[in-house]
Amino acid sequence: MGAEFVMLSLAPLLIGIFAAVACALPGNFLLLRRQSLIGDAISHVVLPGIIVAFLLTGRIAAWPMMLGAAGAALVAVVLIETIRRLGRVDSGAAMGVIFTAMFAAGVLLLEQSDTASVHLDVEHALYGNLESLIWLDGMGWASLLDPVALRGLPPELPRMALTLGVVALCTWIFWRPLKMATFDEGFARTMGIPVQLLSLGLVITAAIAAVAAFDAVGSIIVIAMFICPPATARMMTNRLAAQIWWSVAFAVLSAILGYVLAGYGPLWFGGSNAVSAAGMIATVSGLMLSAAALIGPHRKG
Amino acid sequence: MLIDALFLQIGYNATLVTLGSATLGLAAGATGTFLFLRKRALVADAVSHATLPGLALAFMLMVAMGGDGRNLAGLMAGSALSAWAGLLCLSWLTRHTRLAEDAAIGAVLSVFFGFGIVLLTVVQTLSAGRQAGLESFLLGSTAGMLFSDALLIAAGGLCVLACALALRRPLLLVAFDPGYAQTQGINVQRMDLAIMTLVMAITVVGLKVVGLILIVALLIIPAATARFWSNRADRVVLLAGLFGGLSGYIGAAVSATAPGLPTGPIIVLVGFGFFVGSLLLSPGRGVLSSALRHRAYQRQVHLRQGLLALARQQPVYEAMTRRLLRRAGLVRADGVPTPEGHSRAAAALRDETRWQALRSSMHLSELSTRDDGLTLILDVLTQDQIAELDRRINASPRVV
Amino acid sequence: MTLALPRSDPDQSPLCIRGLTVSYGEQPVVFSVDMTVQDGAMTAIIGPNGAGKSTLLKAALNIVRPLSGRITVYGQPLAEQAQRIAYVPQRASVDWDFPTEVLDVVLMGLYRDLGLLGRVRGHHIRHAKDCLDRVGMEDFAARQIGQLSGGQQQRVFLARALAQRADLYLLDEPFAGVDAATERAIIDVLKSLRAEGKTVVAVHHDLSTVRAYFDNVFLINRRKMGEGPISTAFTPETVQATYGGRLADGQITQLTQDA
Repeated sequence: MGAEFVMLSLAPLLIGIFAAVACALPGNFLLLRRQSLIGDAISHVVLPGIIVAFLLTGRIAAWPMMLGAAGAALVAVVLIETIRRLGRVDSGAAMGVIFTAMFAAGVLLLEQSDTASVHLDVEHALYGNLESLIWLDGMGWASLLDPVALRGLPPELPRMALTLGVVALCTWIFWRPLKMATFDEGFARTMGIPVQLLSLGLVITAAIAAVAAFDAVGSIIVIAMFICPPATARMMTNRLAAQIWWSVAFAVLSAILGYVLAGYGPLWFGGSNAVSAAGMIATVSGLMLSAAALIGPHRKG
Repeated sequence: MLIDALFLQIGYNATLVTLGSATLGLAAGATGTFLFLRKRALVADAVSHATLPGLALAFMLMVAMGGDGRNLAGLMAGSALSAWAGLLCLSWLTRHTRLAEDAAIGAVLSVFFGFGIVLLTVVQTLSAGRQAGLESFLLGSTAGMLFSDALLIAAGGLCVLACALALRRPLLLVAFDPGYAQTQGINVQRMDLAIMTLVMAITVVGLKVVGLILIVALLIIPAATARFWSNRADRVVLLAGLFGGLSGYIGAAVSATAPGLPTGPIIVLVGFGFFVGSLLLSPGRGVLSSALRHRAYQRQVHLRQGLLALARQQPVYEAMTRRLLRRAGLVRADGVPTPEGHSRAAAALRDETRWQALRSSMHLSELSTRDDGLTLILDVLTQDQIAELDRRINASPRVV
Repeated sequence: MTLALPRSDPDQSPLCIRGLTVSYGEQPVVFSVDMTVQDGAMTAIIGPNGAGKSTLLKAALNIVRPLSGRITVYGQPLAEQAQRIAYVPQRASVDWDFPTEVLDVVLMGLYRDLGLLGRVRGHHIRHAKDCLDRVGMEDFAARQIGQLSGGQQQRVFLARALAQRADLYLLDEPFAGVDAATERAIIDVLKSLRAEGKTVVAVHHDLSTVRAYFDNVFLINRRKMGEGPISTAFTPETVQATYGGRLADGQITQLTQDA
């Protein structure tokens, strides 16, 4: 299995794991702040962001697209907050208005622009294409030590690893103020913590994670990664640090199980083709959530 | 071209789509209002995403039974069932675990959608060579809509609308104050379920036209738009229906005028246009008028406080107050009051003194709730009552 | 220009508010209020429901943004003196389902010492435990906060404020919905703070205990209705004016007279 695994599965598996963990980390705080659906909104507006970036630069390139998507996420959050405050629209409805409108604009732009020739279609944006991120130069475990082969790694892998690193670092550095501002915003403010800046920072971190993960798993399934592992973890413990570690564990587990089930599951049932890995990862994370909801030690408040 | 489209002059199919979309928009707008007023707008998002597994399963089932997998009625039934399952999961999670509703919505939405994608890839392999076209339900597609499809959509929409209007009283009561509704013998849980069922029905009906990702917009945006124009719930329902219907009609007509204008997104964007217009321009809750009112109000407060400080010979601390006083010609550049400033300050202090006296007056103290710092006592009391207050003030100057 | 100011010197006052107006929408909740808190004393802010008591406190701390007004703390702008203030919010204002433990909450009061990444050391823990000890909660250090009773939650909040080693303590309804034992414990702690020369300001809703607990009162009903020592400011007239027709005459006389 060694050589084939390294070539076909190692990179997508690692990308899946990194993406899941990078989303789960900020997801924990979004969950506790009752802002889980910010993840929903962000992931929907990634599409228009990418398309605008494509239209501006005229090419499919990773960094401009990530910037475009992050920019769109920021615009969306600012707009949501604006109409919530100025128009006195409740936050759920404000989100619903903004992300659907931006998503619709994205689809329209896509249809209007000449993107048929390039690989940029809505389905891909919605559920990604984890399976295609193979490592052609990976001829076996030994390739991991071969600099030439390593250069052939799909660029999504180092990008996702970097994103995870940044997200984890931010979580570590801002752990204390994040925790305080999430628990008791008024008090945190009197302690000199810039509460609004912090919550904007959290959203931006989430957006960065979503955008990077978007490449691999598509925009909708990112939501599962934001919500399911932290929600499952919340029902396992009553301590924040433990919750974070649990959520990381659940994220890793659902990425691995989901990927394996998508690749090999159909074979067990006599099918011949693999099913969507991203979809399966979301499904597995949902199953874990249901298990925790049924038997988790701290499932009730 | 656009004019032709708006007057249904560009062909049979376009007319069909336009009328179907308008009906759908009308029904979705009115129904969505109940959800919006209940502040659970995004539950619709979970419901709509949860239709995907049902669509795929229904397709597979119909193919397995030898039928045409693309039969719209069959697909609708399947999506309704899986949306229902999603709704059950959602309410179970919120009721039986510590998860808040937003987390439950996100979990149901993403997991059902993910599972739906898995099933879609299965469908793709099953019908190798035969394009199932289920992807078109993600974003909607009106190309090649059949007359029977349009009829089904319009009839379904009207049915939902009729149910929603029939239930509007209890639904609005629950949306406004569930606790009170309960005491009035209304089963709140059942009414919530009714709203959700209606929302689900709209979702299922609208899948073909706007797709499952954007259908939520048809439910939320018209209601949010209508809210800017009325404070009365029943009017909001009506207006939302109107905005929804207009968006559906105009959107479908516009999209028929040229290729590359997908119906669903155009409808949503037209609705969003109405929303932005209302957000900015509505006279009551609009941003523009609120901002103007707030500025005027803040000036009034600063002027009043400035005048009182002048009258009490206290320093005026804030730069904004000083600027306003100077601009109104009430103080000179060196901070000394002008003659008009003196008299206005004295009048403000007199008003303030009377308000204070009013509070200790036995039969007038109820009126002190009207004292918001800016209302003049002349506007609240009669001349006789003021004269009485003045007598009290003169009798015991200590009150001030 | 002559200054018509209350007794204590505003430049020395722990909390001095001038011309504070706060409005939600176009409804002023607090209108043109001046307040001068006396150093080393315990002051109760009283007034009917919706009179702007909590809003006054929150605006003084810049948690809500006022429409106008100037606030100084020990004669300096708030931002420069914020570390000298400890704030105890209303118990109901936070999510008690938050996954954390009692000691953790108290340690939040040490944020200014710890900063972003400072290690929690032995002396921090000891200090936090001492604070829990002062409010009689030493046995609950490892308890999940969701399992506490209302009174215990309030005491944890007070312990967190004590951990800050502040000079001015601002408390929002510390006695709301707590049991008698907790009320006793809290007032003892507050009085011991006063004995150390600290200043205490509390939003208070129970007129019958004002006299026993506090030195000064500040009466508010959207506007300032009175301010000063209990003996001169807490009179039937001021209370009547503050509460309007909501209290019966006999009740007021009884409340404001010595027991």
